[in-house]
Amino acid sequence: MSSDTWPLWEVFVRSRRGLSHTHAGSLHAPDAEMALRNARDLYTRRMEGVSLWVVPSASITASSPDEKDPFFEPAADKPYRHPTFYEIPEGVKHL
Amino acid sequence: MTAGTAGTAVTAQAPGAHAADAAAQAAREAVFDAAVAADERIEPRDWMPEAYRASLVRQIAQHAHSEIIGMQPEANWITRAPSLRRKAILMAKVQDEAGHGLYLYSAAETLGVSRDELLDKLHTGRQKYSSIFNYPTLTWADVGAIGWLVDGAAITNQVPLCRCSYGPYARAMVRVCKEESFHQRQGYEALLALSRGTEAQHAMAQDAVDRWWWPSLMMFGPPDDESTHTAQAMAWKIKRHSNDELRQRFVDIAAPQAETLGLTLPDPDLKWNEERGHYDFGPIDWAEFWDVLKGNGPCNDQRINQRRRAHEDGAWVREAAAAYARKHTGQHGEAQA
Amino acid sequence: MTATDTAGATGTVATAAPAPAADPAATAAALALGDDALVLAQRLGEWAGNAPVLEEEVALANIALDLLGQARVLLSLVGDEDELAFLREERDFRNVQLVEQPNGDFAHTIARQLYFSTYQRLLYAALASGDGPLTGLAAKAVKEVAYHQDHAEHWTLRLGDGTEESHRRMQAGCDALWRYTGELFQPLDGLGLDTAALEAAWLDSVTTVLTRAGLTVPDAPRTGAWRAGAGRQGLHTESFGRMLAEMQHLHRSHPGAAW
Repeated sequence: MSSDTWPLWEVFVRSRRGLSHTHAGSLHAPDAEMALRNARDLYTRRMEGVSLWVVPSASITASSPDEKDPFFEPAADKPYRHPTFYEIPEGVKHL
Repeated sequence: MTAGTAGTAVTAQAPGAHAADAAAQAAREAVFDAAVAADERIEPRDWMPEAYRASLVRQIAQHAHSEIIGMQPEANWITRAPSLRRKAILMAKVQDEAGHGLYLYSAAETLGVSRDELLDKLHTGRQKYSSIFNYPTLTWADVGAIGWLVDGAAITNQVPLCRCSYGPYARAMVRVCKEESFHQRQGYEALLALSRGTEAQHAMAQDAVDRWWWPSLMMFGPPDDESTHTAQAMAWKIKRHSNDELRQRFVDIAAPQAETLGLTLPDPDLKWNEERGHYDFGPIDWAEFWDVLKGNGPCNDQRINQRRRAHEDGAWVREAAAAYARKHTGQHGEAQA
Repeated sequence: MTATDTAGATGTVATAAPAPAADPAATAAALALGDDALVLAQRLGEWAGNAPVLEEEVALANIALDLLGQARVLLSLVGDEDELAFLREERDFRNVQLVEQPNGDFAHTIARQLYFSTYQRLLYAALASGDGPLTGLAAKAVKEVAYHQDHAEHWTLRLGDGTEESHRRMQAGCDALWRYTGELFQPLDGLGLDTAALEAAWLDSVTTVLTRAGLTVPDAPRTGAWRAGAGRQGLHTESFGRMLAEMQHLHRSHPGAAW
């Protein structure tokens, strides 16, 4: 990294109260305080947000596409986790 | 630098790949091809062919560079805008272009290249930007003509990119297109005010349209039979329509808009063709296109020199902030000032 | 013909009619504050395409747009915003000399931002808490300028305490502009502000930031003939005429035209 390079940050924006923060994009900043300000200037200038998170991109650990099957396929054959799996006689309310 | 485990594209083959891995490689290619065929998005950590990655880096970088260099011809008029309302609009528009450049550099960075590398390639002429920005903005009306024609052509190009096969690029383009819708409208409105204004204003508007029309048509790139990248880019669904298709679409949209403006387009051959259901238009001077692309346009040197100067003049500022961060940053990156 | 000549030679002088039923003193204050905002927005607009890093292009433009918005509201209290911006002569502008100072390097611009945004934040906070003619505007503007001040402070810290070069440049910017800061606290009629208290709070705030940044608070006069300037009386510095010439020439070249 050359002496004038700034690290990359991921930006998460809460678009309004009641919603969770959603990934909006990334930017460069020398430190967290400036990252937050750059995020405000770049990602909320059309009133897109009421709250911001910034995270150093290097701090994110992601699942690998190679692990996609062992990670996510086992969930596919467990329909009993969903309410539609169960048959309830007609007319039963509040279930 | 660590581009982040979440962000970096995976293109490398497994270390120590031998014949036994050939089957695995073929399987990866099949997964990729199937995803593209099914109109699924390719995401940064998915395996992708090296040529696909390189092609995306080239296209996204060129697109980002165009946004950044494209600030210059319009910023040229910020300090001289003829009303405070127009000044505010123009400032906001040039600011958006910086923002769009940033979104696009971010998208390119997910492919494992850094913004510094890309800027360096721009500054040393190893990556290109749209040739349109090598034309000068000589009058205020050029600001309107750029908004109407150049942004109009850009939008025609960009809307299909919102469905590009590479996820981060497609997402950046959704944001860009949403924000750009005001760019074209403000240009059209500015030109309309001039066209309906004094005689001198009308002449200024006509002159600008005369100068910007043909270069705008060139923005779609060379004709399909001469375009080197189109076929492969379309197969990969990086690109969704051919150059000529998009150019025709733009002409069909712009011709009636010119009539409402009360301005003429500088093409005696431009006329509606009932049979084709499209406007016919005259031949494009491709010699001029290639000449400007090669660096002989009126502003090539000026644009790149200004960009380089801004970057070099800013080095001490970027270094200072990085040095401050090293002195004051704790384990988690907060500056503890 | 130099650029400066153009501004003086063309167009007619428009003395905008005061807004009806407005207190003349408050109108004069709105003109002064509107001119401050307009002139600084114009200077910041010169950064477009030249900022040290792309993120800062966006930040500086945001600040310029806030200021331009303030200018338009304030000038509209006085008369037609475009007549006021484009058809007045240099001597009719009432901005402080600080805001018209050329951008210089990024440190110079940040020093100007620090001095001015600290002043604006204190001023608008005081106005927002009162019930004068500018209270509504001030309540909105104080949030904008609080962000401007935050931006300036963060950069002052980073440049003051960054590298040797940035420290030297930041100190030079602070020193060069110090002489224009006394003028900020000339009383503005019609606003009923305690300018002495404003000045004390400003000195306190600026001293704190400069000290934290490892910078020396300049030890030089902030007032005096030709030092503090007299921008509020219409007397400006050399570069201002040139700035106006650039800003006004197109509008003046087409008298009566609509844009």
